[in-house]
Amino acid sequence: MFTSPYITKPVSVSEIMLKVMLALLPGIGFYVWYYGPAILVSITLASVTALATEAAMLKLRDRPVAPFLKDNSALLTAWLLALSIPPLAPWWLVVVGTLFAISISKHLYGGLGNNPFNPAMIGYAVLIISFPVQMTHWLTPHPVGHPELSFIEQLGYIFSGVLPRGLTLDAVTMATPLDTLKTQLHLGLSVGEIRDMPIYGRLAGKGSEMVATGFAIGGLYLLWNRIISWHLPIVYLGTLYATAGLFHVIDPAHYVTPLFHLFSGAAMIGAFFILTDPVTSPTTPRGKIIFAAGAGILTYLIRAFGGFPDGMAFATLLMNICVPLIDAYTQPKVFGKKAKGAQK
Amino acid sequence: MRQLHRFHGGVHPPTNKTQSSETPIIASAMPSKLVIPLHQHVGNIARPVVSVGEHVLKGQVIGKADGRLSSAVHASTSGTIATIGYSKVAHPSGMDDLCVTLIPDGKDEWVANLGADYRELSHTDIRHRLRDAGVVGLGGAVFPSDMKLYGGKHQIKTLVLNGAECEPYITCDDRLMRERAAEILLGAEMMRDLLHAEEVVVGIEDNKPEALAAMQQAIVDGKHARMEAVAVPTVYPGGGAKQLIRVLTGIEVAAGVRSTEMGVQCFNVATAYSAYRAISYGEPMLSRVVTVTGNVERPQNYEVLLGTPVAELVAQAGLKSGTQGYIMGGPMMGFLLPSDQVGVVKATNCIIATAPTLFPAPAPTMPCIRCTRCAEVCPAELQPQELHWFAKAREFGKAQDYHLFDCIECGACSYVCPSNIPLVQYYRYAKSEIWARERDKTAADTARQRHEYRQFRLEREKQEKAEKLAQKERAALLAKQQADAAAATANTDEDAQARIQAAMARVQAQHDATQPRNTANLTPEQQAKIDEIEARRAHIQELAHPEADLDKHHEPPKE
Ligand code: SF4
Ligand code: SF4
Repeated sequence: MFTSPYITKPVSVSEIMLKVMLALLPGIGFYVWYYGPAILVSITLASVTALATEAAMLKLRDRPVAPFLKDNSALLTAWLLALSIPPLAPWWLVVVGTLFAISISKHLYGGLGNNPFNPAMIGYAVLIISFPVQMTHWLTPHPVGHPELSFIEQLGYIFSGVLPRGLTLDAVTMATPLDTLKTQLHLGLSVGEIRDMPIYGRLAGKGSEMVATGFAIGGLYLLWNRIISWHLPIVYLGTLYATAGLFHVIDPAHYVTPLFHLFSGAAMIGAFFILTDPVTSPTTPRGKIIFAAGAGILTYLIRAFGGFPDGMAFATLLMNICVPLIDAYTQPKVFGKKAKGAQK
Repeated sequence: MRQLHRFHGGVHPPTNKTQSSETPIIASAMPSKLVIPLHQHVGNIARPVVSVGEHVLKGQVIGKADGRLSSAVHASTSGTIATIGYSKVAHPSGMDDLCVTLIPDGKDEWVANLGADYRELSHTDIRHRLRDAGVVGLGGAVFPSDMKLYGGKHQIKTLVLNGAECEPYITCDDRLMRERAAEILLGAEMMRDLLHAEEVVVGIEDNKPEALAAMQQAIVDGKHARMEAVAVPTVYPGGGAKQLIRVLTGIEVAAGVRSTEMGVQCFNVATAYSAYRAISYGEPMLSRVVTVTGNVERPQNYEVLLGTPVAELVAQAGLKSGTQGYIMGGPMMGFLLPSDQVGVVKATNCIIATAPTLFPAPAPTMPCIRCTRCAEVCPAELQPQELHWFAKAREFGKAQDYHLFDCIECGACSYVCPSNIPLVQYYRYAKSEIWARERDKTAADTARQRHEYRQFRLEREKQEKAEKLAQKERAALLAKQQADAAAATANTDEDAQARIQAAMARVQAQHDATQPRNTANLTPEQQAKIDEIEARRAHIQELAHPEADLDKHHEPPKE
C-alpha cells in the first residue's frame, strides 16, 4: 500500500487466461466428438510439457515460479499448440513443439509480456518445417471414414507408433480439407468437383467445420465478456471473407467460397484465440484493425498461392513482426487534442 | 434537457458512499489543539503575522496572503498561539511545513466581521475579500478562488459547478448539497457575476438523487434564471474538472490550456458555498465538511475546524481496532497521511481509516501483458501501457512524446490492470524525474552562463591591463600620440562589450534551443503541480525504484 489508488478491480492475468481456455471447450468438445479422444491426449501432453518447461525456465531466469505458473499463460499456449497439430501424431511431436514454444519463443525473449511472436504459432511453424510428414496426417473424422480407432488404439499409436493389425496410417488419416483442395486443384479438378468429394460437408470439411463452429461459439463468449475486443476477430474474418470472396467471384471454378475459408483450417481459432493474444498484437484500436486486416489477406494469399496448406500461423507471425511499427504509427489523439486547430 | 456528452473510458469502483451519506452533517467537537499549516493552498505560503503566546480571536488572520498567488490563513477558533514551527502536514509529499499551533480557549469568540451584499461591492473588492478570507478550491485542488474568478479577455459562457463527487467513500459534497443548497446557489450567482458568465450548470452524479433534487428545488425556490442542476452518469473520474466540463458542455480542455480560454470555468459546490459565506457573512474559511469513514463505528460527515488533529476527529466516529493508517481523499487519488496528528486542511474532503479488511494488500505485480484494459479506461485517452514501458526504461523523452503530462493521475489504469502494476506510481516518478532534470539543466545553464561571462570578464581585464601597459609605454615613449592611444583604448573597450553581448546572446540562444518541450508557458495550476511534484520527488523515488525490476521485486505471498 504505497500510493493511490488503494483499490483495484479483482481481475488477474490468470483469470483472463482461464476464461480464454474455457472458451476453447466447445471447440474441443466437437473435436472429441468427430475425431475421438486422441486430442485430449495431446492437450494433456502439451500441458504437462508446458508447465515443466515454464518452471524450469523461471528457475533458470531466477524468477519466482509459483505466481507465473499460476498465470495460466503457459497452459493456454499448450492448448493452442495442441489444437493446431494433428491429434494422431507421435507423442514427441507435441512435446518438442511445446518445449520450443515455451523455452525459445517465450522465455528467451524475456518471458510473459515480452515475446514478440505468438509462442504457439512459433511451435507450430517449427514443427511444420521440421516434420512436414507427421504434420499433415490428420485423423479422418468419423462421418467420413472407417475404420474408426478406439481410444486404446489411438493411445497405442501415439506412444508406440503401432496401429492395429492390417491398418496403415493412410487408412485412418487424410490430408486436411484445405490441403486436399489445394492438391486437387493442382491436379486440374474444379472447385465444384472437389467439393463433391465425401470429405466435404455443407460449409467446409466434414467434422472440421463443426470444430470451427465450436471455436466461434467460444469466441463469441469472449467478445460478450469483453475478454477480447471486437477489432481483431471481426476485422480478420471480414478481410479473409472479402479477399476470398473477391477471388471467388472472379473465378468460382478455381477459388472456393469465402465461407469455406472461414470454416477451414485455423481461421476461427486464429481469429478469436491466436490473433487476440494481447502480448503479440497491437495495442491501439487502429493498429488492431491494420494488424487483423493484414493477417486476413496474408492468410488467404498463403492458402491460395503459397506452399503451405494453411496460412494462419505464418500470417500471424508475419504480422507479429510489424506490431511495434503499427503501434508507433497509430497512436490515437489524446483528450482535448482531437479537434482541428486544437491548442497544442 | 441539456445534451450530455461522453468522455472516453472511466471505471466503476464500488462507491461505498451510503455508509456516510445518510446522516446529517454534525459539528466536530472542539479539539484540544489546532495545528494549522500556513500553506493550505496553491501558491506562496502565507506569511505568519502572529507571535507565540499571542491571544487570537476566531477568524483573525494568522497568515497573510503573500504575493499574487497566495491565500490567507485564519485562527479557526479563539485561543492562544502555542508554537509556530515545522511539523508534519496533510500533504502527499510527507514533508514538514510551517504550522501554527493554537490552544483553544473554549469561548469560540469571533473577531469583528462584516458581511456585505456582494451586489454592492466592486468586483475587485470581492476578489480581495475572497483572498483575505482564504477562499480556495475545496474539491482538492485548493487553488485560490479569487484568481479563478476572473475571465480576463475571454468571454465565459458557462460556469460549471462540480457536485459530481465521483470518488468512492466521499460524501461531503452530497451532504452539503442536500443541506445547504440555497447558499451554494447564491455563491454561484456571485461567481457568475464576477465571471460575466451566461449560464450556470451544476453537475451531480446520478447516484445522488437526493442532492440533485435538493439543488433543483433550490433553483426553483431561489428563482435562479439560466441555472440548472443536471444528473451526469456515475463513472469515475466523472468529477474531474476536465471530464465534467466535457460531459456538460462537450468542450475538451486540453492539458496546459485554461478552461477560461474555451469559455468555461469550474468550481466545486463547496467552494461556491464558502465564497458566499465569506462575502455575505464576512466569515473566512475556518472549517469545512469532512467525511470520516472506513474502519470506524459511525461513518459520518463533520463540519470540522481547520487544524483539528485527524486523531481527534476520527475518535468521534468511533475508531475500530485494526486501523493501520488514514487516507486523505478517496481511495483512487488520495494519499496516506504521515501521522494521525496532522491537522485537517482546506483540501481535506475525506478521511478514511484503513484496515487490511477494507484495503487488502495488492496481489504481486506481474509483467504487462499489453491487454490495453488501461487504455480503454484512461479518461485522458493515453496509452498507459506505453507510458509505463517508457517510465520503467527511463526513456523520459519518449514518455513525454506519449503525453505523459496529460495524465491526470486518476488511477483508473492501475485500478483495472490485471497485472496489478502500480502504473500511476511510475507516472509520478517519471514526471518528477523530468522536472528534476529540467531544474538541473536550468541550473547548469545559469552556471555556464556565469562561467562564460566570467571568462570574458577575465579576458577583458587582461586585455585592458595589457592595453594599459602598452599605453603607459606608449605614453612614456610617444607622449604626443596620446590622443591616438586613448582612441585605441576606447575601441578595445567597445570591442569587449560587443563580444560580451554576443556571448550572452549565444548563451541565450543555446538556452532557448535546449528549452524542454511541454514546459514553456505554464499555467499557474501547472506550476503549482510542478512544485508539488518536486516536493514529492524524494519520497516517490524511494517507493518507485524502477531500476529494481518490479516483477522480480515483488515476492509472491508465502502460502
Ligand atoms: S492494464 Fe496492465 S497489463 Fe494491461 S496493458 Fe495496461 S499496464 Fe499492461
Ligand atoms: S492515471 Fe493517467 S494514464 Fe492512468 S488512467 Fe488516469 S489519466 Fe490515464
